[in-house]
Amino acid sequence: MKDLNTQENVVDTENVKIVARNVQVYYGDNHAIKDVNVEIEANTVTAFIGPSGCGKSTFLRCINRMNDTIDICRVEGDILIDGEDIYDRRVDPVQLRAKVGMVFQKPNPFPKSIFDNVAYGPRIHGLAQNKADLNIIVESALRRAAIWEEVKDRLDAPGTGLSGGQQQRLCIARAIATEPEVLLMDEPCSALDPIATAQVEELIDELRENYAVVIVTHSMQQAARVSQKTAFFHLGNLVEYGETAAIFTNPTDPRTESYITGRIG
Amino acid sequence: MGTTTIVILVILALTVLAYSVARNRALAGAGGDRRKLHSLPTYYGTNAAMFTGVPALGVLVIWLLAQPMMIESAVVKLIPDSVIAEGSSVGLVMSDVRRVANGLDIVIRSGGMTREAALALDTTTTDVRAALAAVGVALGSDVKPKVLSAAQAHRQQSSSGRVWMIGITLALALIGFAISVAISKPDFRARNTVERGILALLILAASLAVLTTVGIVFSMLFESINFFRLHPWTDFFFGPKWAPNFRGNSDLSILPLLWGTLYISAIALAVAVPIGLFAAIYLSEYAGAKVRSAAKPLIEILAGIPTIVYGLFALLTVGPMLVNIFGRGEDGLLGVEWMSGATAVLTAGLVMGIMLIPFVSSLSDDIINAVPQSLRDGSYGLGATQSETIRQVVLPAALPGIVGAILLAASRAIGETMIVVLGAGAIAKFSGNPLEAMTTITTRIVSQLTGDTDFASPETLVAFALGLTLFVLTLGLNIIALVIVRKYREQYD
Amino acid sequence: MSRKSSLLVQDRRTKKRNAAETLFKGYGMIAIAIGLLMLCILVFNIVSRGAGAFQQTFVTLEVTLLESKLDKNGNRDLADLKKVSTFGYAPLLKTAFEQKVTKAGLDTTLKTKAMAGILSKSAPADLRNFVLANPDQIEETVEFEFLASSRVDGYLKGRVSRDSIGNDKNISVEQLDFVDQLITEGSLEKRFNLTFVTGSDASDQRPEAAGMGTSMIGSLFMMLVVLALALPIGVAASIYLEEFAPKNWITDIIEVNISNLAAVPSIVFGILGLAVFINYMHLPNSAPLVGGLVLTLMTLPTIIISTRASLKSVPPSIRDAALGVGASKMQSVFHHVLPLAAPGILTGTIIGLAQALGETAPLLLIGMVGFIASNPPDSIAAGLMSPNSAMPAQIYEWAKRADPAFYERAWGGIIILLVFLVTMNTIAVLLRRRFERRW
Repeated sequence: MKDLNTQENVVDTENVKIVARNVQVYYGDNHAIKDVNVEIEANTVTAFIGPSGCGKSTFLRCINRMNDTIDICRVEGDILIDGEDIYDRRVDPVQLRAKVGMVFQKPNPFPKSIFDNVAYGPRIHGLAQNKADLNIIVESALRRAAIWEEVKDRLDAPGTGLSGGQQQRLCIARAIATEPEVLLMDEPCSALDPIATAQVEELIDELRENYAVVIVTHSMQQAARVSQKTAFFHLGNLVEYGETAAIFTNPTDPRTESYITGRIG
Repeated sequence: MGTTTIVILVILALTVLAYSVARNRALAGAGGDRRKLHSLPTYYGTNAAMFTGVPALGVLVIWLLAQPMMIESAVVKLIPDSVIAEGSSVGLVMSDVRRVANGLDIVIRSGGMTREAALALDTTTTDVRAALAAVGVALGSDVKPKVLSAAQAHRQQSSSGRVWMIGITLALALIGFAISVAISKPDFRARNTVERGILALLILAASLAVLTTVGIVFSMLFESINFFRLHPWTDFFFGPKWAPNFRGNSDLSILPLLWGTLYISAIALAVAVPIGLFAAIYLSEYAGAKVRSAAKPLIEILAGIPTIVYGLFALLTVGPMLVNIFGRGEDGLLGVEWMSGATAVLTAGLVMGIMLIPFVSSLSDDIINAVPQSLRDGSYGLGATQSETIRQVVLPAALPGIVGAILLAASRAIGETMIVVLGAGAIAKFSGNPLEAMTTITTRIVSQLTGDTDFASPETLVAFALGLTLFVLTLGLNIIALVIVRKYREQYD
Repeated sequence: MSRKSSLLVQDRRTKKRNAAETLFKGYGMIAIAIGLLMLCILVFNIVSRGAGAFQQTFVTLEVTLLESKLDKNGNRDLADLKKVSTFGYAPLLKTAFEQKVTKAGLDTTLKTKAMAGILSKSAPADLRNFVLANPDQIEETVEFEFLASSRVDGYLKGRVSRDSIGNDKNISVEQLDFVDQLITEGSLEKRFNLTFVTGSDASDQRPEAAGMGTSMIGSLFMMLVVLALALPIGVAASIYLEEFAPKNWITDIIEVNISNLAAVPSIVFGILGLAVFINYMHLPNSAPLVGGLVLTLMTLPTIIISTRASLKSVPPSIRDAALGVGASKMQSVFHHVLPLAAPGILTGTIIGLAQALGETAPLLLIGMVGFIASNPPDSIAAGLMSPNSAMPAQIYEWAKRADPAFYERAWGGIIILLVFLVTMNTIAVLLRRRFERRW
């Protein structure tokens, strides 16, 4: 059942999950994100594209307040998830991050067993009543991350011993084991070979059923393959946002066009 | 001025001469045009100086080190067992021989006797002791005939040895001089030769570190072997008691000492590890740049304070404070009579713990900082709090390194001397009471080797066996720790 | 589902987790606080207990150098004067006190011998030295400043009180009353005592006369030996290992060796020194030369490790540039790399020296304690070869003596030692700041 206030705050589409209003981000004196407004929908893959240093990763990290761990970073404006301002003083980033999971550029499994990697989130959030519960959660997360068949016989082996693609899928399993509502992915395939990339992309498409997925990517082809919505960032500005197909075939902004056709980037 | 000094000066003078002769010869060969030389003129000079000085001086040093040993071993054979009195030893007789030989040298130098007279000296006709006393060499007893003849042999061999030494070293210097000057022609690759020589010196310097280790091991090994000849090794390793008795028949077991050492080290680590580890965690994970840059060097000051200061702190401050708390009956803070003196296991342990805090903290700090940030991000991204991240991700990842750091601290604690010498006491026993005085391996090494020592008695020699055990113990801990830390670093490089 | 609850309200589990977070952070802060507190206690303890050593109680006394006692022949012949031992001078002090009492109108029942008892046992010797140096002053009345005995000194410093001297044979309540009178009269006072810094050690009976000076010279000579040997050898070894050594098992052994030597307990180096330098080479016991050699071996790994670090920090491009213009490998190292690494090497050397300066344990084994280092050496050879103490060994020596007056000296000695260490480390830090180069 959805909360009442979710419905209250629905602006025009009832499917909107995240709303950003006038978001500014500063790194010390550097104005990294300038006045970004965006609405991200549930059950959709949204891709953030743009040249390096355009601020797409920075904005992504604002959505689960990972920027809090950087001392000099300052965020202004509102980001609302289900209508609640996540930068409200009352919000505990720990609780927020349980709701908004994140997968990183480089696979970063903990130096623990595969099972413990996945069980880490459920354990700290107290999601399992007992050992049997935990087993079920871990298995279903690994299944949903499409890695269960490969690792089911060696759950006690260290997660760092897997191949790059397997590690990244393990990290995805680890992220979804905490039952988030939003999944942020920061260039999840940039450290992977083409075969592993294909596997992860396939997985992202399946994840759309349950989560709002936001993916930062360098590759326009990847954005075209996996996303329904695309946002183009340039020099800290959100230049254009819309249906993926529209952005790639018929961009409205000349900057978007230059980027897509390879003149900048 | 001794003959050795003169020889050294002569060699040095030859070296300087070689430098200028070779340099000028090379230049002259090139007709004064330095561009026609293979190397810079100074290289020709240096090359010649090297050839002249280094072999001669090297042989001289080795000779000076080796000659006494060879003469001793030759002279020892001259001493029959009958001369060695009850309760005495070859070592003591030999030191008498040396003293007599030395005394005769002085007598001759001061003109009291001719060389020939000294050689013909006989205990039946001359009172040697009085003759030597007249020039300021005091002897403990009258000179026995065998000792005198041994001393005379000693003198004769050393003087003939000295003649040989002078001859060989000077010959070497002259040969080096001749060869190096002869080859100093313009097309001679002087620089390459000089550089090879310098490289040899560099290698020599680097191998000194190995030499030191070899020296440590052998010096202790030899004396330890002597010890085990005089004392059963079973008693040393497995005996129940430490009770040295300078009249002989001592119980010399390392076990009670080892117990004291380990007990004190354990208390020290119990203080230092939690404090040091938490300090490192706070500094590397929580503290802002300002706090870190102030607190870290301040805590590290504790590591720079000499251990004698900690020893004094234990003996005069912490010990009396503990006595105030746990002792003095009705006058004490707790009104109990558990502690009688300032020196105790707890006193030494606490102070050593303070000393070790910075060891644990700065090593752990480095190691925690080496844990990659991506692991922390991964944990935060899942909604873990900072302390959960530290406890469940950072510390497990850093565990091998931290274990290494603790082992290094443990080896420090075991080898620490001044704090226990002043703070732990001198009673060797097995006891679990931390308020009692106990003793350690290092304190016993100090007490057996200071004051009047007789290097023929097991009570003195046991110190070398203790030292060897200590060395092996700490070396083992260090090697394990270094291997662990190195493996750990490779994991994240 | 409870998971869909509002972000604005902390659930119970989060509250609990946050409490655990605060607690954990608190442990960290407590650990830091304990560390800093210990440092403060240590420093406070050293300063408060040691500062007293820099002050000493002196008694001003006019002594008439009677010819009848000192020079019965009246010919001022030095050989005759020397025949009068310090015992012969004691009566002069008694007379001087007698005169003082009458002159100042002091009210005391003390015998003159007890009055002279408030002076240091070195007072007659001081008097004798003065007379031997100035025979022409005999028959004159000269004003002297004598050291007061350690008990009187302790009384002025609060260490000794009328209650605490119950069984003390060296001082009585009456003497303390007399001391009080002298203080009011102005001839007994406590002031700065340079002798503590410059003077020599004194026997068990005269803690008030003991000073650090001679042991400082001993330390100085040891440091000279360390500097002269450890720096060149250490730099040479580092250059080889860092610039020339091929990677093979031999250099591996050397490297492992060096890092292990750095962690060998210092007392083991003492055993090495005793066995090799004293027993085998027959170098003199207690000589600063031997101490310096032992400390050299101990400091060498430290210097090698820091020198290698600074050689490593010189970028390879510098070496390539030198090789590129045709310099040999040796020339590139000695002309370019070494000068650039020099500040770092110097810093490491100073830190190594500071470590060596404070080291005590090995000195105990080569006999630098257990005697009274009372004669400052008169030449460089004597400074190296004749028995001496060293600062930390002197402190240890004082800490072992039974009289609490020596404890004050030990703490004072620590202050001097720490002043040296702090200065050396500050220089090292300044050097590092001044020459720090970022490539």
